[in-house]
Amino acid sequence: MANITNTPESAGSNLMARALREAFYAGLVALGLFVLFVGLKTDQNILNELILVQRWGLLAIFVVIAAVGRFLSVAYIRPFLARQKVTNAVTGLLPDSVATRFFRVPIVVVAAVIAILLIFAGNAIAAALPAVLVPWVTMIRALAIIYVLAFGFFYFRVYIAAHFNTLAIIALIFYPPVMVYFFGYQGSLKYVDNFGIQILIYVMLAWGLNIVVGLAGLLDLGYVAFYAVGAYSYALLSSYFGLSFWVLLPMAGIFAALWGIILGFPVLRLKGDYLAIVTLAFGEIIRLVLINWTAVTKGTFGISGIAKASVFGIWSFDVSATNNFAKVFGLPMSSAYYKIFLFYLILALCLLTAFVTIRLRRMPIGRAWEALREDEIACRSLGINTVTTKLTAFATGAMFGGFAGSFFAVRQGFVSPESFVFLESAIILAIVVLGGMGSLVGIAVAATVMIGGTELLREMTILKQIFGPDFTPELYRMLIFGLAMIIVMVWKPRGFVGTREPTAFLRERKSVSGSFTKEGHG
Amino acid sequence: MEYFVQQLVNGLTLGSIYGLIAIGYTMVYGIIGMVNFAHGDIFMLGGFAALIVYLVLVGLFGGIPIALALFIMIIVAMVMTGLWNWVIEKMAYRPLRGSFRLAPLITAIGMSIALSNFIQVTQGPRNKPIPSMVSSVYEVLGISISLKQIIIVVVTAVLLTIFWYIVNHTPLGRAQRATEQDRKMAALLGIDVDKTISITFIMGAALAAVAGTMYLMYYGVIVFTDGFTPGVKAFTAAVLGGIGSLPGAVLGGLMIGLIESLWSAYFTIDYKDVATFSILAIVLIFKPSGILGRPEVEKV
Amino acid sequence: MALETDTMTKDPILKVDHLSMRFGGLMAINDLSFEAYRGDITALIGPNGAGKTTVFNCITGFYKPTMGMITMRQKAGKEYLLERMSDFEVNRDAKVARTFQNIRLFSGLTVLENLLVAQHNKLMLASGYTVLGLLGFPAYKKAAAQSIEQAKYWLEKANLTDRADDPAGDLPYGAQRRLEIARAMCTGPEFLCLDEPAAGLNPRESLVLNELLRSIRKDTGTSILLIEHDMSVVMEISDHVVVLEYGQKISDGNPEHVKHDPKVIAAYLGVEDDEVEEVIEQIEEIAVAAPGDTPK
Repeated sequence: MANITNTPESAGSNLMARALREAFYAGLVALGLFVLFVGLKTDQNILNELILVQRWGLLAIFVVIAAVGRFLSVAYIRPFLARQKVTNAVTGLLPDSVATRFFRVPIVVVAAVIAILLIFAGNAIAAALPAVLVPWVTMIRALAIIYVLAFGFFYFRVYIAAHFNTLAIIALIFYPPVMVYFFGYQGSLKYVDNFGIQILIYVMLAWGLNIVVGLAGLLDLGYVAFYAVGAYSYALLSSYFGLSFWVLLPMAGIFAALWGIILGFPVLRLKGDYLAIVTLAFGEIIRLVLINWTAVTKGTFGISGIAKASVFGIWSFDVSATNNFAKVFGLPMSSAYYKIFLFYLILALCLLTAFVTIRLRRMPIGRAWEALREDEIACRSLGINTVTTKLTAFATGAMFGGFAGSFFAVRQGFVSPESFVFLESAIILAIVVLGGMGSLVGIAVAATVMIGGTELLREMTILKQIFGPDFTPELYRMLIFGLAMIIVMVWKPRGFVGTREPTAFLRERKSVSGSFTKEGHG
Repeated sequence: MEYFVQQLVNGLTLGSIYGLIAIGYTMVYGIIGMVNFAHGDIFMLGGFAALIVYLVLVGLFGGIPIALALFIMIIVAMVMTGLWNWVIEKMAYRPLRGSFRLAPLITAIGMSIALSNFIQVTQGPRNKPIPSMVSSVYEVLGISISLKQIIIVVVTAVLLTIFWYIVNHTPLGRAQRATEQDRKMAALLGIDVDKTISITFIMGAALAAVAGTMYLMYYGVIVFTDGFTPGVKAFTAAVLGGIGSLPGAVLGGLMIGLIESLWSAYFTIDYKDVATFSILAIVLIFKPSGILGRPEVEKV
Repeated sequence: MALETDTMTKDPILKVDHLSMRFGGLMAINDLSFEAYRGDITALIGPNGAGKTTVFNCITGFYKPTMGMITMRQKAGKEYLLERMSDFEVNRDAKVARTFQNIRLFSGLTVLENLLVAQHNKLMLASGYTVLGLLGFPAYKKAAAQSIEQAKYWLEKANLTDRADDPAGDLPYGAQRRLEIARAMCTGPEFLCLDEPAAGLNPRESLVLNELLRSIRKDTGTSILLIEHDMSVVMEISDHVVVLEYGQKISDGNPEHVKHDPKVIAAYLGVEDDEVEEVIEQIEEIAVAAPGDTPK
């Protein structure tokens, strides 16, 4: 692999020979990498002793995949990509010709027919088929719907790009009713809660962290600490003092912001990786204190039975309460109402975050943050107090983390230190960077792809059909998440949206290319 | 007094392991200015390689002398993790070299998540205990020193000497130092920069593999999440000593080991990590570039 | 000497008294005293490594001098001891702005945004430290509109109006230099320090720069201190020249005076002390041969 130079090939046979040679090396390397970890598995026997289980077949599959993949890559994919070098500047996703080749009108008509047929007659068809084929029907339906939607996105891409915000907000507002319409109250839970709320929490967290990392250019690896502060403020104050969600939501934000200032103040003169490790350390300290200060936090057991939020105190979601939402409106009892309420609540919090961020960017403080990311010394030469500027960025980011934390507590009804590990910080940071630092839309897309994508994996019952009933897709969730992070970064180092929107303009608003923006050194 | 010295010995052992891992962080940082977050998981991978080799050896030749077994474990683990880190650098980090700073960091975090989950998927999520390999304990002046501790400290000292020699007295070390100073200039002077960086990754991984083997031998158990905590501690050690400085990494490792064992001995064990991280924060507040790190001069 | 009479009539805006700066064992500046006068363009020149930039960094608060006093006297009469202030206060309170030898623009922000960032403190106040601005109070909107007007004024002056919406990093070198000066002027300084503003400029750009500096002085009354290597710029536009060598002042006066100072000639040509006489003779010969020919 290493010692083969990419000289232009003149003859096809030459290319083939090289592809075969590289495939052989790739197979060899794969054999080396996986021989111990895939070829052998450590397992406990009945005596609880470790024994080795041999899996040479699986190892062979790995090696063959590596070799064949390398062969195809060298022989076909790379020459193909070289021919397709001119990418579409508008979508920035795929070479235009590939996209137009992929989205053809006849195909979309067929897909639409299949999708409609399966949506409305899917159950009848499934009943007629043997049980083995049912997941396949579901998958075909999902693929057909995705294809039709993707076609719509592609066809109207210019319009969508121009009106993205309005369209996205409208789509999100109508999301729960549409889900309820298609899947019923009970069936919609999965889509509203697991997908909707879950993704929106990460969107909010990533938007909060974006202020610190994306705008001010301060690398914070312990953001989850503020999330934890928010969650525990709500959990503790509501269970000890019985305060309501609407009182505690702002308080959680203020507490988190205070912690941001307390933690930020001593460390903000540190630079780059020193700042990163200290923020990581603070994140870990807060988690360790939550684990060990059992008298207050109940340690690893966590705090359970956290009070639910109410609709501004008017309607409650407690089953026993007289002003229970379902009772008041004479609806059948279901937990779906609460989830739908939570969905709108987190949507509102997200919109608040976005609104404040957009506003702040156009204000002196927001411009100072971005200037700080570009050049701290120049900032100081212009009379900007960089310490307070950094602190406000830290505190503002922390505040949104605190809001998200209290929402998290109210949604789960349970908090424990388990939820605030470093991995969470890493995921949030990854979403910010994958989305394109500073870009709210890019970050929202990244959160949807990364969180939604891994959630989707849980739903893929089809995989059980292929790999057998013991196969648990959840197990592979984080493995795929990690690999996806690597692939997206190598593919687009600036993230999905690499350009920056200027905050003011004289004649026309031109996006600033990512090659000019800096990523900060603090 | 004996109690104190006993804790010193324990801290020294622990610190040696951290120091070995910290060198990998600090070398990679020195040469390409990137925090290789996956390094902790490379250490864990080394531990697992050693574990599997041990089980193979015991399975094939029941009564193999423990010294020979340990030697083979170390060698195979070094080769294995070296190969892994070589491939990782080539596939995931090299395309991003010279790109903006956060991209390789995120890739490394992704790699860390992928590696630990890869081991979870292929080797199972449970703890992997092995019977104690080395159990002799010596009493010296009222302090009990186990053979394990002696092995760890001696192996670390030998490796560090070899390593120090390579970096300071061989053409390879010279190429590494040159690449560290100025990559472009080094390339112009005929140094194969890609190869030098690859070798740096392989060397860092090999040291981490030794640390992994020692960790397995010392604690007798390993699990797929074991990359994280020692990894973060070693990273802390590297930063504490001044990231980019090799003696700093060793010093930082020893300090962290000592802080941990002394804090656990005299205060509460629950808060030992809190103590470590707090001391890191306090040191950095007063010395923002670590203990042996070169202070960053603000060029105006 | 001409200098004596100058001091009598002119009003010093910046006074550097016995300034010393030591880096480890190196004495970068050794007991330096000079004055810059209000309304003047003062040039600080000297061979490489003479300590010019160090003086600048001491004045603008980026270095803390080992010894000495730097006094800035504003038009209203208020005095500031710059060596006691931190870098951002020097700009915010004492009204001293600066540029950098290696241009430090916010390259990912547009040209206009660069100029808006420079008006940070004014706008912060108008936005009620962000709170009122966030709530959409009209006072901030008015201040924001004014700041754009101010930026437009400087864009016009620096001849950058056409590039206002482009990223600063995209500008050609000469334009970046001008933008940095315009940005410094947007902070509303009384005293402007320019670190080698003409470095790397071609002769045309250099002329445009001279024009800009002259108009800054004329229209805003801002006093200027500049470090320069390019003698043509120095002789062309400065009213007062201070020459440094090895951290010490070797000459001080108007350009004509400095140009003929044997010590300066020696410093620039690098001759031994006993050869100075010889050099002076040579120069006089040249002056006789080509009268009125100033070095360009």
